[in-house]
Amino acid sequence: MASICVVLEHGRTGISKASLEALGEARRQAGDGQVTAVIIGKGLDEAAALAGRMGADRVLVADDDRFAEFNLEAHEHALSQALVDVKADFLFMPVSTHTRELSSRMAMSLGSGLAVDVTAIEEKEGRLHFTRPIFAGKALETVTLEGRPAIATLRPNLFQPMEEDAGRSADISAIGLSDLEGLRTLVKEAVAAAIDKVPLGEAQIIVSGGRGMKGPENYRILEELAGLLGAAVGASRAAVDAGWRPHADQVGQTGKTVSPVLYIACGISGAIQHLAGMSSSRFIVAINKDPEAPIFKVADYGIVGDLFEVVPLLTEEFRKALG
Amino acid sequence: MKIAVMVKQVADTAARIALLPDGSAVNYEGVQLVLNPYDEFAVEEAIKLKEAGGGEVVLFNLGPDSADEALKTALAMGADRAVVLRDPELGQADASVRAEILAAMIAREEFDIIFCGKQSVDSDTHQVGPAVAEKLGMPAVTFINAFSLEGNKATVSREAEGVAETLEITLPALFTCTKGLNEPRYPSLPGIMQAARKPKEVLSLADLGIQPEAKVKRQGLGSPPPRAEGRMLTGETDEKVKELVRLLRDEAHAI
Repeated sequence: MASICVVLEHGRTGISKASLEALGEARRQAGDGQVTAVIIGKGLDEAAALAGRMGADRVLVADDDRFAEFNLEAHEHALSQALVDVKADFLFMPVSTHTRELSSRMAMSLGSGLAVDVTAIEEKEGRLHFTRPIFAGKALETVTLEGRPAIATLRPNLFQPMEEDAGRSADISAIGLSDLEGLRTLVKEAVAAAIDKVPLGEAQIIVSGGRGMKGPENYRILEELAGLLGAAVGASRAAVDAGWRPHADQVGQTGKTVSPVLYIACGISGAIQHLAGMSSSRFIVAINKDPEAPIFKVADYGIVGDLFEVVPLLTEEFRKALG
Repeated sequence: MKIAVMVKQVADTAARIALLPDGSAVNYEGVQLVLNPYDEFAVEEAIKLKEAGGGEVVLFNLGPDSADEALKTALAMGADRAVVLRDPELGQADASVRAEILAAMIAREEFDIIFCGKQSVDSDTHQVGPAVAEKLGMPAVTFINAFSLEGNKATVSREAEGVAETLEITLPALFTCTKGLNEPRYPSLPGIMQAARKPKEVLSLADLGIQPEAKVKRQGLGSPPPRAEGRMLTGETDEKVKELVRLLRDEAHAI
């Protein structure tokens, strides 16, 4: 049985959903082995208790003002200290901007293998095999990892969290930290976007617009639909290159690769590099004027029509359906 | 200001990626190879800094002989010279191996700043930048979309899961660059003419005195499962929309 350590990301709204998914997968893969959650942040009592109810046997916390915002140097120090205590075979993290940095540095300092953006984990002959997309999903590779703990970052929306069990609890203890002097990184400002804005990478539903949107002002109709569904708004490269949307919203091989439950593509023709970034979505809806658009080849449901007519009707219909 | 830029040659994002018939590797035959798109932002930022305050921009590249083409693009944009290690196997080695080699190549000189793209659009690990910084014992910030310099401190911005961050870093440091940082220039004709004459130092693993071991072992390679044939909805627009909502709710359970 493997012993698995999981880094849970703690932000303004508590532990991220993707973190609980990674914890759930760690619990499944560990079997009877020990699952240790590591939480680094500020004000973590509730989060630590939740980790216990969601599958952790043990929770190590670094709860301190210095961790209120993510500081790579400080977080790396805390995680390294935590790992001194835990003899883990694997270290799991949810995929995020911060864990991309943290996992890469940790893998180098530990001399361990790292698999990022993992979409499936399978045990074969006593070893864990990790599957991850390469070329933004145009191909998939399956790898095994050397070193202990070997590290994997798990993509959001693909793994299931455990059911919360009120009767479960974990041993909670603090990570021993040194002074953390001489940090060369200073977080000057961290401004959260509107609290109701769903990050693209974690969104369960994405409403995305392309060249067919004709201009930045027209994204209002997508935002209205997204607001109703609790969805994030994405964009194609054409729309970003035209300056209609920020690059952070770009879906595709030179933007973000996403795997939501539902991807609604509006006025997106479906260039290869865009399809690579969203083809692993569970359901794809395409709305496009051109019946020959390549996006229809990957869509589960297609509507040929004028998006300026279809999208407002769709918003109306969803409003009725969701009552 | 001495600036290192790590660059990689990759398959163009417009390329279809197929596997060799035996499934052992990606078939690069006929695939257009280009400078990694994110590395263009790294090269541009380095050249802008040099133009503003003087200094030198040195490219570092690991890959097969064909990678000279990508290097030529970066040199033509305005980089001063290149240090390369040519090995067809190592170019596709796991990210920790590549990071260890690149770190050893860079460590032969002292740099104030290291730039690279936030990811290479082939292996997509986002790993090499921060791993090189770890090896060299310097701070790193990834995904930067704004950069400014004052003395030995850099102020950078990035977006992380809906949070706009501004960080101040003491140099030397490494930064990985994303779209929005700048508008990469097109190589000028004189730039292209000069590129061929710029110095290129070729190193071997023996020169570096290292023999990195792979930490990631590939067990298999596959193509993504094809998506099931979709359904085109028919009828008047309002009928199509009603049917779509019904399907998403009752059949797909997606809402």
